[in-house]
Amino acid sequence: MQHGKYRFIVGFLAAPLALYALFVIWPFIQSIYYSLTDWSGLSPEFGFVGFDNYSRMLDDEIFWKSLQHSLTLAVVLPLVTVGLALFFAFMLNVGGRRRRGAAIAGVRGSAFYKIVYFFPQVLSIAIVALLFQFAYNPNSGAINSALKLVGLGSIQPDWLGDPDLALICVMAVLVWSTVGFFVVLFSAGMASIPRDFYEAALLDGASRFTTFFKITLPLLWDTVQSGWIYMGILALGAESFAVVQIMTVGPNGGGPDYSTVVLPLYVYQKAFRDGQAAYATTIGVALLLVTLAFAAVVMKLGRRERLEF
Amino acid sequence: MKTTDTATPGVETPGPSGGSGPVVTKTAAPTSRKESKSEGAVLNVFSHGVLIIWAIMVVMPLLWAVMTSFKTDRAIFTSPWSLPDGLHFENWSRAWSQAHMSDYFMNTIVVVGGSLVGTLLLGSMAAYVLARFDFPGNRFIYFLFIGGMSFPIILALVPLFYVMQNLALLNTPHGLILVYIAYSLPFTVFFLTAFFRTLPSSVAEAAFVDGASHTRTFFQVMLPMARPGLISVGIFNFLGQWNQYLLPTVLNTEQDQKVLSQGLVQLATSQGYKGDWSGLFAGLVMAMLPVLAAYIIFQRQVVAGLTAGAVK
Repeated sequence: MQHGKYRFIVGFLAAPLALYALFVIWPFIQSIYYSLTDWSGLSPEFGFVGFDNYSRMLDDEIFWKSLQHSLTLAVVLPLVTVGLALFFAFMLNVGGRRRRGAAIAGVRGSAFYKIVYFFPQVLSIAIVALLFQFAYNPNSGAINSALKLVGLGSIQPDWLGDPDLALICVMAVLVWSTVGFFVVLFSAGMASIPRDFYEAALLDGASRFTTFFKITLPLLWDTVQSGWIYMGILALGAESFAVVQIMTVGPNGGGPDYSTVVLPLYVYQKAFRDGQAAYATTIGVALLLVTLAFAAVVMKLGRRERLEF
Repeated sequence: MKTTDTATPGVETPGPSGGSGPVVTKTAAPTSRKESKSEGAVLNVFSHGVLIIWAIMVVMPLLWAVMTSFKTDRAIFTSPWSLPDGLHFENWSRAWSQAHMSDYFMNTIVVVGGSLVGTLLLGSMAAYVLARFDFPGNRFIYFLFIGGMSFPIILALVPLFYVMQNLALLNTPHGLILVYIAYSLPFTVFFLTAFFRTLPSSVAEAAFVDGASHTRTFFQVMLPMARPGLISVGIFNFLGQWNQYLLPTVLNTEQDQKVLSQGLVQLATSQGYKGDWSGLFAGLVMAMLPVLAAYIIFQRQVVAGLTAGAVK
């Protein structure tokens, strides 16, 4: 057929594929292998120990704690973030006063709101975490000082220092920084829903809340679902690592009494602080399984008939 | 919480009753024109109230950081919410020079610049081949690439550290660039493959018939045509790589190689810098400003770039 086609294909794929294989695929495969050894990561020698690391993991209290926290994040964060974002997006697109002729309208200044809400999304998660670490400071932080200013000086929580509150504080930061992204995403989805659907429903006497659950949500379902998975993976992965590692340092890292330790942070600590690389990869494999299971559950629960319009 | 009408310029206060006040719920009744109109008004007030509260919650921490960066250390601790007694610009210059913010900026620009160019080049090459050529293994390679989007990076990071060590790439800018490129490829390939499929094939065929080689067709015909897609995915990668924290934390621990996000975290925790909170805030704001400025200027493209993958 075309002259030199295969040479071209090989030439173009070689560099990206090599880079990807060396730095992404190969380490992934290796980590599964390392989880079956007693490698410390410090010396090149190691022996094969079978599933010892896995049985050790099942007896590891901190592993269970971090698993529990990661699962909490994966359930609560998408729920709150996607819920809030849907609420705001619906307000922005449908909550407005009806103008002449239009069945539905966004609020005035909805474009402005979207710009503001999206702000935190472009900021580094490290910067966001640092900022809120100061805000949460129990003695002189912005939040407790604000409580004093409005006359609630008697309520001065320890925030990140309180084992019961620390994880909630961390989650609040992640919600704060991601809601705007989903507002914009869902707004784009809502804008593409044909107006006459709303017109027909409103003519039949449906309230706006009915139209949300009967029209907007079903037609937006695909976007909501991919947003849900995206947020869950984020909550299980790099973002939760950054927030927890930066905000809740503590003596052992991961908050007072391991109250905020999450799986990615525990992997990091085991590998690069305690010199237990093999065990760290074992926890990493557990994290991978949790992530895949999460995606599978969401897909399964979310399966509906696709609505075309 | 109270809503204030002054805090958000550009938004008109809704309705005659203003932004606050109790929300009257509509009683259930057969809808006549009038009633549905008043429902709209109530909802309008309620919408604006809620929306303004969230807008304040978003903007407040950022404004607070800017304000704090001009304060003295004493003022930061004694009265976090009061306005600074003067504009202490020395915080900024101290952070820039003594706290090495200038170095962190330079490191970040080098690493992100290099990896952005590399990501776009290698990503578009792979995506072009995968999108437009039929060959055995095409699907397999495609799924190999996009599979990387859903795996937790931290799992690969432990062995990756030692791969980098063996190749003497640890703590080097070029090593970090290669890793950034590799980890940016999944989304880039995913996005650009879809994009190249949408481009008309007739133009490329015409060029090929005219005697251009495949390589030449790609660089002189297809790549310029793919510009909108490259811009979207470029913005996505720029923000991701500029804000990257996990990869440099593990692979780039040498003091003088640190990137911005790492450097700031280190400033906040390091012993040598203890006590200079005003300088740290100046550093934080300094790191926020370029992205915020870029966002405000290229607002449309940023939003399109960041949401492009998720909408499809």
